[in-house]
Amino acid sequence: MVAHTPLYEAHRLLGPRWTEFGGWEMPLSYRSIAEEHRAVREHCGLFDVSHMGEIELSGPRAGAACQALTVNDVQRLAVGEGQYTLLCNDQGGVLDDLIVFRMGDQRYLLVVNAANAADDLAWIRERALGDPEIRDRSAELALLAFQGPEAELALRALTPLDLSMLRPFARMEGLVAGLPVVVCRTGYTGEDGFELLVDAGAARELWNALLEATTRREGLPCGLGARDTLRLEAGLPLHGSDMDASTTPLEAGLAWVVKLGKGDFIGRPALAAQAEAGVERRLVGIQLDEPGIPRHGYALRWNGVRIGSITSGTRSPTLGSFIGLGYVAAGAAAPGTPLEVDVRGRFLPARVVARPFYRRVQREKR
Amino acid sequence: MMEFPEDVRYTKEHEWLRTDGTDAVVGITDFAQDALGDVVFVELPAVGTQLTRGQTFGVVESNKTVSDLFAPISGRVLAVNQVLRDEPELVNQDPYGAGWMIRVAPGRREEIESLLDAAAYRAFVASEQKT
Repeated sequence: MVAHTPLYEAHRLLGPRWTEFGGWEMPLSYRSIAEEHRAVREHCGLFDVSHMGEIELSGPRAGAACQALTVNDVQRLAVGEGQYTLLCNDQGGVLDDLIVFRMGDQRYLLVVNAANAADDLAWIRERALGDPEIRDRSAELALLAFQGPEAELALRALTPLDLSMLRPFARMEGLVAGLPVVVCRTGYTGEDGFELLVDAGAARELWNALLEATTRREGLPCGLGARDTLRLEAGLPLHGSDMDASTTPLEAGLAWVVKLGKGDFIGRPALAAQAEAGVERRLVGIQLDEPGIPRHGYALRWNGVRIGSITSGTRSPTLGSFIGLGYVAAGAAAPGTPLEVDVRGRFLPARVVARPFYRRVQREKR
Repeated sequence: MMEFPEDVRYTKEHEWLRTDGTDAVVGITDFAQDALGDVVFVELPAVGTQLTRGQTFGVVESNKTVSDLFAPISGRVLAVNQVLRDEPELVNQDPYGAGWMIRVAPGRREEIESLLDAAAYRAFVASEQKT
């Protein structure tokens, strides 16, 4: 049995190609991945990401509970702010990556990956200290991502909120298309953009209003296919492909998220020890010098010796180049290091390159 | 609507072959491109390669999968579609036209006669979709 989001019928009207992801049947693409990708880079794109989970912690000790569960410093969050963070296990392995929003003085909302939502909830129930109230709000909330250089302009026409005041990772509450919505300046595409939380019952109306605004700006509805190529160009790791419980944030290039100095949290002893000793492997950006798609599991060689493997890859729709992420031995992680990718028995020359592969240009607001 | 043009012959591996003078042009069918999804890379043989019927002559990759390409007939590769190197999406957009893959000098013409016609291929696809 696969699950469907509240927008399933709205998608069906558009006749997408479907895919299964984390137990959900979701649009893979409506037109083509390349066209949807380009729409987000040049104009705007609208994604249904309601399959993602939302877990709310509230009560006098909710902040302390979040602080002990996650690796980033929740105390830095004023009401209305959010941050990218991770749930780690006692060994420092990454159980999930997520965004935590401080919705109220004693209320926190964790937006987690669809495939991990059930496990996250069980983990949080088991390990949260101080007995906060824990609510799984996944079924009652829909989440839309509205991304691209023209997303703000398009959204302005639908809301009295002053979006110019909404900083990255912050959230505002107000009306969008006449519907009560939480607007967050977050995304997973490497572009400016928003994610909008709305009651499941109002999701269709919000989707329709945003879809109209999208098409008016030559944007497109986008599926999970473009979401994946966009995040890869932006060099953003995907949990389940590029990191999991067997990899640590320090290995995955997410040391900046881990605030070892904030006090105790789950995984801190292991991560502190690894920070002290140094990592043995690193997640790096890889670019092929010859055409070929680096795929999850393909071996990486350095000086003829296997030193790691690819975790995800694609042909970059924006750059036309063949890019991927993968783990390599720490000694081979410097940008410029020449590698070979074993593409089904052919060893294609490649290089370690700095992430992101694609960086958006800051444009004048029109 | 899935297209099954009458002017090409088909294989059960979802390649098509169109005779053009003494040559044969080969690609993958509309059904195949639709099943693959967005094609992002096509690996084709060197010009001059001798193909044997049923042998893999290349690879087509979409975002979700990698598939071998099988030679519908034996023969020598006369040309490959270089445009696919930069525009692999042509395989999706125009599978029977601009998305062609290789041009072959047929080794044994009778092999072409044994390929499926449009009606037989359409029936084969329908039977595959049921299972």
